[in-house]
Amino acid sequence: MDTLVVKNLSFAYQPGIEVLKEINLSFTNCPTAIIGQNGAGKTTFVKLLKGLLQPIQGDILVKGKNTKEYSVASLTKHIGLIFQNPNDQIFKSNVLDEVMFGPLNLKIDLEEARENALEALKQVQMEDKIKDNPYDLSLAERKLISIASVLAMKPDIIIFDEPTIAQDYRGMEIIKKIIYELKSQNKLIITITHDMDFVADNFSRVIIFQKGRVILDGFTKDAFSQKDILRNSFLEQPHITQLGRKLLIPETILTIEDFIRNFKSFTIPS
Amino acid sequence: MKKIVVEGLSYKYPLAKKLSLNNLSFTIEQGEFIGIIGANLSGKTTLCQALVGLVPHFYHGSFKGKVIVAGMNTMEHNIAGLAEKVGLVFQNPFNQISGAKLTVYEEIAFSLENLGIPQDEMIRRIEEVLELLDIHHLRAHNPFQLSGGQMQRLAIASIMAIQPEIIVLDEPTSQLDPQGTEEVFKTVQQLSSQGVTIIMVEHKIEKLAAYAQKIALLHEGELIDFAPPEQLFARTDLHKLGVRPPIFTQVVKGIGLDNNESKVPVTLKDTYEWVVKKFGHSGS
Repeated sequence: MDTLVVKNLSFAYQPGIEVLKEINLSFTNCPTAIIGQNGAGKTTFVKLLKGLLQPIQGDILVKGKNTKEYSVASLTKHIGLIFQNPNDQIFKSNVLDEVMFGPLNLKIDLEEARENALEALKQVQMEDKIKDNPYDLSLAERKLISIASVLAMKPDIIIFDEPTIAQDYRGMEIIKKIIYELKSQNKLIITITHDMDFVADNFSRVIIFQKGRVILDGFTKDAFSQKDILRNSFLEQPHITQLGRKLLIPETILTIEDFIRNFKSFTIPS
Repeated sequence: MKKIVVEGLSYKYPLAKKLSLNNLSFTIEQGEFIGIIGANLSGKTTLCQALVGLVPHFYHGSFKGKVIVAGMNTMEHNIAGLAEKVGLVFQNPFNQISGAKLTVYEEIAFSLENLGIPQDEMIRRIEEVLELLDIHHLRAHNPFQLSGGQMQRLAIASIMAIQPEIIVLDEPTSQLDPQGTEEVFKTVQQLSSQGVTIIMVEHKIEKLAAYAQKIALLHEGELIDFAPPEQLFARTDLHKLGVRPPIFTQVVKGIGLDNNESKVPVTLKDTYEWVVKKFGHSGS
């Protein structure tokens, strides 16, 4: 059974102005990146998945059950969404309370909630900041706290809305590691991002949104070989893919390792 | 002409135990496009705030040394006086948008009104930046109902409309789609070629390497290096300093660039040329 199914979904904030139009998608546990230009409807789409908005048409099935039959609270057990702006999510006065809030809300007992929270904070390498006020931390650290808050609830579906914003080299490595671990636990990971290098490196499926519609859904390698579709969607190929293309390497290159391997067995055409 | 002179700048936030900036000295010429990189908490945002006078006027704390921007010593002028000469695009656009105005158009007009710009000039400038940042279709929208990327474009447009001599941008493209990012870099480069001095904090290393003339590398409040990208990214201790070299530089090191080179390819074009030169038309 598919973990998540979206059927004929449409949505409008104002009557008559549809920001999502007849979306049909299904997800198993393949790590998926949603990309597309600013204002394409990506964030609106994941808010619908999470039940924060209600479709004006169509259905969303989470583990076979229609989201209309779930309350937002009961859906929370299954789907975790990490907001684009951590300030929209954070409200407690210390880091540990913030991360424990989710599990406690799921009626998990205090000791277990604390354990889950500490484990999640360790995953984002913030275990030494548990007593800090989140608002004394940097934007990048608050983003990691908001990731921990969702991990602590141990949902099966985890949606990241632009996780790499403001992250430095270390933060990026932490996020990549978390995604790797979640993958190995067979969780469904969906991410919205504008970082094409990050997509190429970590996600095997790509969905491109354009003006409220899905215009491409496929393997990352195939998606990033579609230069024209990318350009029309205000996107670009990953840097390493651009280099491979410029050197006329026939394979669509997605990682530095890919490049080096292909390069060794490749002759530059004259 | 020197547009920015920083001498022995040290700064500590109130209640902080450690210095956020530790004895920085550097100069920037008019029209230069300078990138700032470094791990989080290395002092990038604090330095931006020092260049526009928010440090120390707004944040207080202990301030030592001298910051001169467009001929004005930041200690001798207030934030409003400095704002005409040096503009700051905030890291989080949400924090920059005034909240006092109900439309994108009026939001851009807000700072121009405060500076007493005549109305017809104001209208001309607003139209220009709406076009430049591709948000003309959003002019009647409420700023707080924009998407993250659209809000970020508005924040940049608001500062550009002021036409300051120096523009400081703190991660201005973090929420923009790839082409939007490219457009912001191109627009900013164009301003720099017209003589506007640009300072940009950015984690998008490949873009900065392609556009910035020089890059400042900060680490724990200290200025470690200040050099053209092809020199700076030749350093072999970057990971230890919390940053990474551009993907292109990593690739050429993976296929045979000597680790001791003092200049390395950092852009798509340089890397392509390096590969063709090294391996010729016969490949490896």
